[in-house]
Amino acid sequence: MIEVRELTKRYGDKTVVDHLSFTVKPGEVTGFLGPNGAGKSTTMRMIVGLDSPTKGSVTVGGTSYAKHTAPLHEIGTLLEAKSVHPGRSAFNHLMALAYTHGIPRSRVDEVIELAGLTSVAGKRVGAFSLGMGQRLGIAAALLGDPAIVMLDEPVNGLDPEGVLWVRNLLRSLADEGRAVMLSSHLMSETALIADHLVIIGRGRLLADTTVDDFTREASGGGVKVATAESGRLRSLLAGPDVTITSSSAEELLVLGRDARQIGRIAAEHGVALYELTPQSASLEAAFMDLTRDVVEYQSHPVETGRKAA
Amino acid sequence: MTVTELTPTAAYKVTGPRVLRSEWAKFWSLRSSWITLGVAVVLLIVFGAIASATYSPGATAQGGPPGADSGDQDAVSLALLGVTFASLAVGVLGVLLSAGEYTTGMIRSTLTAVPRRLPVLWSKAAVIGPVILVLTTLGALAAFQLGTLGLDGEKIALSLGDDGVLRSLAGAGLYLALVAVAGVALGVLLRSSAGAIAVLVGVLLILPGLASLLPDSLYDTINPYFPSNAGSAMYALHQSSDALSPGAGLAVFAGWVALILAGAAWRLTKSDA
Ligand SMILES: Nc1ncnc2c1ncn2[C@@H]1O[C@H](COP(=O)(O)OP(=O)(O)OP(=O)(O)O)[C@@H](O)[C@H]1O
Ligand SMILES: [Mg+2]
Repeated sequence: MIEVRELTKRYGDKTVVDHLSFTVKPGEVTGFLGPNGAGKSTTMRMIVGLDSPTKGSVTVGGTSYAKHTAPLHEIGTLLEAKSVHPGRSAFNHLMALAYTHGIPRSRVDEVIELAGLTSVAGKRVGAFSLGMGQRLGIAAALLGDPAIVMLDEPVNGLDPEGVLWVRNLLRSLADEGRAVMLSSHLMSETALIADHLVIIGRGRLLADTTVDDFTREASGGGVKVATAESGRLRSLLAGPDVTITSSSAEELLVLGRDARQIGRIAAEHGVALYELTPQSASLEAAFMDLTRDVVEYQSHPVETGRKAA
Repeated sequence: MTVTELTPTAAYKVTGPRVLRSEWAKFWSLRSSWITLGVAVVLLIVFGAIASATYSPGATAQGGPPGADSGDQDAVSLALLGVTFASLAVGVLGVLLSAGEYTTGMIRSTLTAVPRRLPVLWSKAAVIGPVILVLTTLGALAAFQLGTLGLDGEKIALSLGDDGVLRSLAGAGLYLALVAVAGVALGVLLRSSAGAIAVLVGVLLILPGLASLLPDSLYDTINPYFPSNAGSAMYALHQSSDALSPGAGLAVFAGWVALILAGAAWRLTKSDA
């Protein structure tokens, strides 16, 4: 369990993390979201004691990180910034960390295999691709068989297979009763992995909620339904607060009913559905709505059209 | 997919010896360590052997590097002519061992594993010090023995058994070991390889020259206490009148190194990684 209480970090006169409080519980995946510069990485560095808080406190498994006799067994961490000497091989890197805790070589081999690095374990890390480096970081995070796993943008640079691997890995870690925390900027991606969401902007807490609640609130985007009997379904779904629009003969966009209700109604009346998709773009939109006022690095539309001479 | 652990994890615990073991493994698993170490020992042996082989009694002492005793030449001072060059190599080695972790980001992994931090500094010093002590003392011995071949029949020839010879050679090893530890400490203090190397070169090579611009009386008083001069007193066979004794040289030089180490310890524990 990670407990962050009134955590504050100032660099000079810039407050990067501002009275932030949240809890990461065992058996759950907690998604830690916020736009660029929101303070996610800074918070994570404070959790493992690399940066010290200006104010407030953070405990890992009940005590401050530095007080643990076996910190890597308490929490495994993947940081955003590269934390590896490029001149060392993946194996030697992990072995060096393992020695500090008396972790046996067999465990090093185990996490290398788990991360799919067996064939490159002897290669210099400097020659690794972004994704391989990321896998090495995840292997290092799992090395100490930690009760908590904290990953800063773990899927950054991973191919689709890797993304799926991380997703399944984190799920199984949480199912084993570990606390899992991962940061991301992508709401839709995180919603697939996480149970709980902590959303911050400019260092302040914006939302501390479950994925289900967030999705329910965000589902104003509607549900896309495809069926051959669109006319019939339309009348079955009709109701006081329901709006249904249609972009083609077989497609409906339903507002006011969630996917679960639509599926049930369709099944009860024997309407075959080809597609039933909560509009996930709306998750991203809801996230952007939430964070709009606190976006640190606002981008502006780019003029791409060539000006007529 | 399994992440289960087979060995009893209750045994996992960070201890001093384990951090030392880790730093030992880190040191030897970088190619740059081997190369720099090799360069240091080769410089030590080759300069000493060449200086002895080309020695001729009539010739005036060539402008040796600062730090090398420019007084009367003896078999030991010739054999140890490479110490100044070797000191730069081992100093760089020390800097790479510590500042290298900051420039690559490795320090974040290191300090996450050892959040108490200080054991990392002590262990780095405890790894590089003895390694350099042993290897460069052997290198100095080799340089001296090769030198005796070159000095065969010369008036200044000495043998290992002669008074003070072994002490001087071991003193050179000890000096180089302390320089390497100073390199480690400077790296942690400044967190930049380039910066730490620049300071090291400045202190060992440039500072003594700059100091000669001071008024004579002041210069004469403080000159022996400069790191490089205190250091060369550690391995000189014959002390010139204004130099420290080997023991005092060791004490002063070790004091300087301790001072930098204290600064490094302070920065390591007090500031964000
Ligand atoms: N060492 C530092 N000194 C000064 N400012 C810093 C330092 N580290 C971070 N910052 C600033 O703190 C703010 C938060 O940075 P942080 O990396 O924690 O954000 P983030 O949420 O992880 O962003 P991203 O999504 O881009 O990774 C940024 O404005 C950054 O410039
Ligand atoms: Mg970040």
